[in-house]
Amino acid sequence: MSKMIYADNAATTQVSQRVLQKMLPWLGQHYGNPSSIYGIGREARAAIEEARSQVAQAIGANPGEIYFTSCGTESDNWAIKGLAHTLAAKGKRHIITSAIEHHAVLHTCKALEKEGFSVTYLPVDQYGLVSPAQVEKAITPQTALVSIMFANNEIGTIQPVAEIGAICRKAGVPFHTDAVQAAGHLPIDVESMSIDLLSLSAHKFHGPKGVGVLYIRKGIPFPTVFMDGGGQERGRRAGTENVAGIVGLGEALTEALEELPEKTSRVTAMRDRLISELTKLPKSRLNGHPDRRLPGNCNISFQGVEGEALLLLLDNHDICASSGSACTSGSLDPSHVLLAIGLPHEIAHGSLRLSLGDMNTPDEVEEILKAVPQVVERLRAMSPVWEKIKDE
Amino acid sequence: MMYSEKVLDHFTNPRNVGELPDANGVGEVGNAKCGDIMKMYLKIEGGIITDVRFKTFGCGAAIATSSMATEMVKGKTVEEALQLSNKAVMEALDGLPPVKVHCSVLAEQAVRAALSDYYTRQGIDPEPIVGKIQEVDHDHEGSGCDSCSL
Repeated sequence: MSKMIYADNAATTQVSQRVLQKMLPWLGQHYGNPSSIYGIGREARAAIEEARSQVAQAIGANPGEIYFTSCGTESDNWAIKGLAHTLAAKGKRHIITSAIEHHAVLHTCKALEKEGFSVTYLPVDQYGLVSPAQVEKAITPQTALVSIMFANNEIGTIQPVAEIGAICRKAGVPFHTDAVQAAGHLPIDVESMSIDLLSLSAHKFHGPKGVGVLYIRKGIPFPTVFMDGGGQERGRRAGTENVAGIVGLGEALTEALEELPEKTSRVTAMRDRLISELTKLPKSRLNGHPDRRLPGNCNISFQGVEGEALLLLLDNHDICASSGSACTSGSLDPSHVLLAIGLPHEIAHGSLRLSLGDMNTPDEVEEILKAVPQVVERLRAMSPVWEKIKDE
Repeated sequence: MMYSEKVLDHFTNPRNVGELPDANGVGEVGNAKCGDIMKMYLKIEGGIITDVRFKTFGCGAAIATSSMATEMVKGKTVEEALQLSNKAVMEALDGLPPVKVHCSVLAEQAVRAALSDYYTRQGIDPEPIVGKIQEVDHDHEGSGCDSCSL
């Protein structure tokens, strides 16, 4: 095999040609500062505002509710810490989130706990679903916000966002959702879904790295200012704008949503082929929900093997993938998401995440389906754990 | 995280993989909960390790350190094998990333566990010679393995 197969689109994606071409002038001749009054400054300002409108249109918001940031993590930090600090002044020092959030949310909540906030980490069921009824039960008069992700980055489970949003709206509690994995891949409408704050990141939908968005609904208590300085982003997030990045984000989101149903059905078909074939291997299991999952996400555990070793061998086949094993998480524990859905440690260590995008092809899926069983078999042949469990 | 060429070589082409039916010293260390288990088979004749095999469940570094450890003890005397340190295994692999140092400890422990079994089979109390070996924990009870606390 000569060509690399990129099956890690949940980690990041390739910038599309259309996005790149739209960005390039803003790194070249159009170098003006958007805050400047003369021609090339005004051009840059207009480009940013066009991107803002593109984002607003994509999620059913008003342009005045869109704030550009440097990444999804910044958006999550701003939304959660900002709102917590604003509402703490009114005696609201309780936050509700889930056990399977991205670390950008979880570690932000941990930081707030150190400041004296209390945080409820809602459990999830075996498929990784948060129960709206549990959200409702957890809300108290002291609850400052609820933050539940739109779709999970590891196992792809799509949360009942609209139901959770409706519950929060009824209770008068601001609802934030980390939609980093969902934006550009699933339809999002902040109105009908009762979303008050939403984080997204360009590089997950063929945009550039280093640029994100926080949507903040007009009328909700405004999060404390993220960055003091000049008047950029209506004085809430100061700093000279990443013009090329912002232009790229707007174009990428617009492009991602064009013919979305067609792309979704194509990617879903490839995903389902991966899932149905790979779960035929003995002692394997699908992690996440069978239907309520991101179109490109396939997460499977193979007992008796370790995830990082799987990834290294797949890399020898020029296949890029990801795992929830401890060895790839940089800590001693496997993925908190896999543990939260009830997997024992040793099975969580053997997880493989293949995340497809609309640039993948059915031929690539067939190559993956040739390589993965070989690699799993090879590692099992040298595994003392497999020796014990293979006949169970 | 970057692995050295030697680590990748020993991971991709591990030496002495498998089982040894006529082994007279077999040791297993690690903990499935932590994601590493190593099983070491030694054939010892006249105080010399004449053959060695291993099986490992674990990451790239776990497989590479096991492989390197087998190469380092093959043909050596039991006394020499007892001197094998995790540091020596690491150096032979041109180093390991800091989060993977515990894999080299496990490789050292696997050799010692196999030697301990060899002494036991000879009717000799291994502990004064080999020291205490962390038992393998397939049931993942307790707080985990010693090597993880490094």
